[in-house]
Order: sequence, then C-alpha cells, then structure tokens
Amino acid sequence: MKRDAVTAARRGLRACHICMLVSHVAPTREHAACPRCGAALHLRKPDSIARTWAFLLAAIILYIPANLLPMTSVHTLFGDQEDTIMSGVVYLWTAGSWPLAVIVFVASIMVPMLKIMALVFLLLSVKMRSRWQPVQRTRLYRLIELVGRWSMLDIFVIAFLVALVQLRALATIKAGPAAACFGAVVVLTMCATLSFDPRLIWDPVEDGHG
Amino acid sequence: MPTTGAILACHECDLLQHEVGLEPGGVARCRRCGAQLYRSRPHELDRVPAYTLAAFILYLVSNAFPVVGLSINGELVQATLLGAVRGMYADGDWLVAALVLVTAVIAPFVQMVAMMWLVLFLRMGRVPKSFAKVFRLLAFTRPWGMVEVLMIGVMVALVKLAHMAEVVPGIALWSLAGSMLLLAAAGAAFDPHLLWSKVSDAR
Repeated sequence: MKRDAVTAARRGLRACHICMLVSHVAPTREHAACPRCGAALHLRKPDSIARTWAFLLAAIILYIPANLLPMTSVHTLFGDQEDTIMSGVVYLWTAGSWPLAVIVFVASIMVPMLKIMALVFLLLSVKMRSRWQPVQRTRLYRLIELVGRWSMLDIFVIAFLVALVQLRALATIKAGPAAACFGAVVVLTMCATLSFDPRLIWDPVEDGHG
Repeated sequence: MPTTGAILACHECDLLQHEVGLEPGGVARCRRCGAQLYRSRPHELDRVPAYTLAAFILYLVSNAFPVVGLSINGELVQATLLGAVRGMYADGDWLVAALVLVTAVIAPFVQMVAMMWLVLFLRMGRVPKSFAKVFRLLAFTRPWGMVEVLMIGVMVALVKLAHMAEVVPGIALWSLAGSMLLLAAAGAAFDPHLLWSKVSDAR
C-alpha cells in the first residue's frame, strides 16, 4: 500500500500553490515558475518554520498586554470603568446575557489561546520529525485555519461601541491599549497559520517508509 | 471512478493522486489526509458572478447607510461602517481603525471585484494576460475578508447596548446580512481547480 504513497516532492514534482498544476522541476533548480499561471514554484512554503515561529513569538508577547490591559474604558457622569477582555466577559455573564458571554469568551479568549498552543505543538512535532498521528495533526491545522478569523469579533464590537456611545457629556466609550495589542495578536496568529506548511507534518512519515 | 489522466498533489500532505471524474456537486478528498482537493460545481460560471454581483450591490448599500443607531431621549445617534473606522482613527487608535478598514471594507470589495472579473472573462471564453495576477490577488485577500465576523460583531454590540438605550437597527444591518449569505453562496459555488481547468480549455 505504501508503494502508492508517493509524494510530489519525491518525484521531483512541484505543485503550484495558486493554480494547483503539478509540474516537473529539475532538483538542481532553486527557482522555477508555474508554466500555467507564472507563480513561483516551491517544494514547501519558503522558510515555513522560521516564519511561523517569528509571527507566533510576536503574537505570544503581545498576548500578555492584550489580556492584562483594558480593552475598553467607559466614562460616565458617575465615574469611569475600565474593562479587560475577561472582565468584559464576566460583565456580560452577570448581566444575564450568557449566550453572548459564551460567544465572546470563545472568540476572544479560547480561540487565540488554543491557536497559539496548537501552532507551538505543530511546530515542535515537525521539529522532532514526529510520525505520530499525522492525520489528526493535519486536521488540527485545518481547524485553526478555519476558526482563526473569528477572533476579530471583539475588534468589530469595540469599533461600533465607540462609534455609537458618544452621548455628549453623558457617556463615552474609548478603546483601551489592549485593543491594538489584541488586533495585532489576531493578525500575527493568522500570518503564522498562513506561513505554516502542513506538508511538513507528512515529510517524516515519508522518510520512515523509505 | 474513472481517472481523467491528470495528476494532482494534495496541498496539505503532498500525496500524488490521479484526478477522477465527479458527479455534479461531488467533492474529491485526499485519500491519505482527507483534505478537500477539488469539487464539482455545476454552472460555476453562471452562479458565481450572479451571487457575487448581488452581494456586491448589497455591500455598497451596507457601506452607504447606517448599520445601527441608538435612540436616547428621542435623539438618534447612528453609526456607519466607515463612521466607525473614522471614530477609531479620531481617537488615535489608527491600528484598530486600519484593521477594521482592511477586513471589513477593502478586502471584501477586492474579493468580490476580483471574483467577478475572473469569472466574467472566462465566461466570454477569454483569458486576459492579467488573469493569474488577479487570481493571486483573490487568493491573497481571501483570508482577510471578514464579512461574517463583522455581522456577528455588530449583533454583539447591539445586544451590549440594548440595556443602555433603545437600539435602532439600520438599513445596512439587513443588507450586511444579505451580502454575508450571498458571499457564502458564491464561495460554495466557486472552485479554483475547476476555474483553472477551464482556463486550460479556453487557451
């Protein structure tokens, strides 16, 4: 059965990441262009591991202020109130809108954290040339690729809160310093996910049967 | 399944496999990792531009009219999408403003225009020189267009404010919901592999 499991890389073939055409490239050639669409052909995404680590480490660093600093600050006649991501969720929960609390908790706290942990795990498993459960690890990658964008939710919520609550002197809402950090975390983790090449998960599996 | 002779490599595990014919609406998956390789989408060249054009018109409406409003003591405060971006920018949060502008306005529009451009030319049986460039632009902007996330974000903001004042949904909220559904339909009718095989046929 493993005789069938031939990858493009082993045959000296490169698949175009834009139009998916598989074409033959001499192994000595570093640069090649797809004959159908002209995109650069790579065996694997260029510097995948290094780029993913770079984006991911930047995201992990910014994740700390994103969670500790205030996300919004509300100024009213009765005083000021600052909310972090977590205290915002708690506020929603105690205010009785628990479905919203759950949505915001999942999108703003669970998704970024799981995404960071999953990417660290995938990078380490590739680094150790692990052959453990490649199908499950590929599925994990697919999952973080799919849900990563939903972390942007809180950014949109804040943008509309700020725009609406400008009630003269009565109350104003301003975005706190955590908003920019959180936005950066979302973008950086998305860039990290896009730079990671899931085919790296499968390369050790190949060699093991060689 | 009969093979068509062409080979393709899985983009997630690099396994080489033969392309097989699909029933209308069928999906071909990698037999090793299960990744979706390509789909059969009947009438792709008719459905994609139809859905995309409708989504585009509704998205213009979504940008031109207020999304939500707050009514306090009879006074109505309304917010448009671009108004929200301007508000963030005016507060000095240029990073957040730029992020919202790109993901909620620029990327969705680029995506819709690029999709219509590609498919309409192909429909006329023509493959212009810049076809590959526009396709690359579409592939690049796809992850960053977040209409559906924006929609849910607006809903969360609405509920958050509902206890403070009377919330007035704007016209753009409805058109936003419509374009979200139409974009999903366009995405479901669209298959890049199919599009490129039509490019090969047209040349």
